[in-house]
Amino acid sequence: MRNILIVGATSAIAEATARRFAALGARFYLVGRNAEKLAAIVGDLEIRGGQAVHSESIDLDWLEQHPALLARAVQALGGIDLALIAHGSLPDQAACQKSVKMTLAAIQTNALSVISLATELANLFEARGRGTLVVIGSVAGDRGRQSNYVYGAAKGMVGLFLQGLRNRLNDKGVHVITVKPGFVDTPMTAAFEKKGLLWAQPDQIARGIVAAVERRRDVVYLPGFWRWIMIVIRHLPESIFKRLKL
Amino acid sequence: MTDRAPDGSWGRYPPARHRRWALNHRSDRLPGGSNRVLPFGNGRSYGDVCLNDGGTLLLTRGLDRWIAFDPATGVLRAEAGVLLSEILAFSVPQGWFLPVTPGTQFVTLGGAVANDVHGKNHHVAGSFGEQTRAFELYRSDGSRIVCGPEENGDWFRATIGGLGLTGLIAWVEIRLRRIANPWMVAENRRFANLDDFFALNDDYETRYPYIVSWIDCAAAGKGLGRGIYMAGMHAPPGAPTAPPPARRSLTVPFALPISLVNRWSVRAFNRLYYHLPRPARALTPYQPFFYPLDNLLEWNRLYGQRGFLQYQCVIPPEAARDALREILNRIASSGQGSMLAVLKRFGARTSGGLLSFPRPGVTLALDFPHLGQKTLDLLSRLDEVTRQAGGAVYPAKDARMSGEHFRCYFPQWSTFAKFIDPNFSSSFWRRVTAD
Repeated sequence: MRNILIVGATSAIAEATARRFAALGARFYLVGRNAEKLAAIVGDLEIRGGQAVHSESIDLDWLEQHPALLARAVQALGGIDLALIAHGSLPDQAACQKSVKMTLAAIQTNALSVISLATELANLFEARGRGTLVVIGSVAGDRGRQSNYVYGAAKGMVGLFLQGLRNRLNDKGVHVITVKPGFVDTPMTAAFEKKGLLWAQPDQIARGIVAAVERRRDVVYLPGFWRWIMIVIRHLPESIFKRLKL
Repeated sequence: MTDRAPDGSWGRYPPARHRRWALNHRSDRLPGGSNRVLPFGNGRSYGDVCLNDGGTLLLTRGLDRWIAFDPATGVLRAEAGVLLSEILAFSVPQGWFLPVTPGTQFVTLGGAVANDVHGKNHHVAGSFGEQTRAFELYRSDGSRIVCGPEENGDWFRATIGGLGLTGLIAWVEIRLRRIANPWMVAENRRFANLDDFFALNDDYETRYPYIVSWIDCAAAGKGLGRGIYMAGMHAPPGAPTAPPPARRSLTVPFALPISLVNRWSVRAFNRLYYHLPRPARALTPYQPFFYPLDNLLEWNRLYGQRGFLQYQCVIPPEAARDALREILNRIASSGQGSMLAVLKRFGARTSGGLLSFPRPGVTLALDFPHLGQKTLDLLSRLDEVTRQAGGAVYPAKDARMSGEHFRCYFPQWSTFAKFIDPNFSSSFWRRVTAD
């Protein structure tokens, strides 16, 4: 896994994952929105062992830019071995309920832009006959809940899309990993109280991602106990689930 | 970013409530408005220098990136929320070590500067501030001041030991020191009383860069001031180059309703510890040598819900013998023993920090389970001795000294006050300047 593209590179999970790959001597093309933050991360990764760390700041909601973005990454790295798609935003559910515009903007960022990039990357990898695509989904995408179903719907769409992609590319040498983190202590979740046992640090998720790549896993819940929680959540009958305050 | 939750310092006293503002990049803005803020690193200072009751804590652990490292010279520049343990994990395999380290590696770089921490090598290397080459101070008006001993030297000296009050330390540059391997040559000697301690000191200080002593402060009478003298140096080339075995760490899972540290356990522990056979000279990995408590995670919970109080003072050389004897006597007669009593002679070097604690003399650190008023009374009685001897008490470990004592221990406090960021404050600062 020498050449790594990270989209949403300033996200806490992406940065923690990049640090682990940097220690293995990876080369990077980092994509994010904020150039100043990207520069700080580039400097850090180089000291951690990352080779030839490139970066580019761009608004990923601008889907028409995606093919050119990927072309620049391929050019800089000389081919992509692994792509991690980690960008996203946690929309304000209550505000989305009152605003179709905000709801669609959240779907655009968390689902459509991911699907756009995943499509282009899948085709790139398929043509090359190899490549690993890692996408950060969420346990929130496993079932719609009143407290964050806009975000959940976007993540659910991505999860379903990746299932199909994985199925399509199974015999093409392309590996597709869906990562479903539970509650992670990151700037995106800064508004929550993070005292419970369910909260994980970004580096725990990063460790799970690196292991998933090495072991060629398909879908990973991180930390692993979320798999069991989500089995229960997914299997509750809707007639009961709809009454819960989740 | 404004969740409310109780936060504590390492001594679990005093209690405080805060709003929190997490910083994740050194380019992040500081909160505006009239909100009083205080940087909070890893919460390892003992009392209230890291607390800002009713105000906002700027959480700095998200500032944990390397900025520059020169493997030829060992000069390292890193964001201020990096832990010293993270620096060691990075630097030791490359043959570099911290120039100064306190007794725990779980403090942030910014916290080490803001408290001008010291270590076992103070007599040769001075305090952390003296080994600091530069840092960036980020003020609430948005300005950024790069400070070094020469560049903006007045800001530099105000911020070294400045308890986080002069602005946010965004990054710090230090020069690491060369080591041949991760091992230490350590020597242990028992001493029977304070006079023996001073005699050993005169001999060992010229030969060993790292020295610290443990004192049995439950012993009275002719055993008063007995203890174990520990000296060490980095092992020369030729020692095993294999990395030391990883240490298993234990975690104290929760704070008990009452303290496990009490007069009986203290007496038993101290007696056992004093008499425990130990090799006179041994090769040991650096972690147990520098950080004996770091693999008992959350050990502060042993002191129970009420927490504990540290008392660390420094006594000038000429008064040290008598004052230390008086302090140990007062503790022994109070029946409130300290599990961990640590004694060390500081060297003559000073960092120049306006509020720096280390100064020539002998420093004694003690911790007491917080038993309420009687513990506070005992520490006030110790303050009488410290003050009369012309000494000082360490703010990083304090939760109770009076404002009058503070201003007497740190006469430059009023000069320092001019450098405080108008938006910054702390529970400690309000306490010692209130009366």
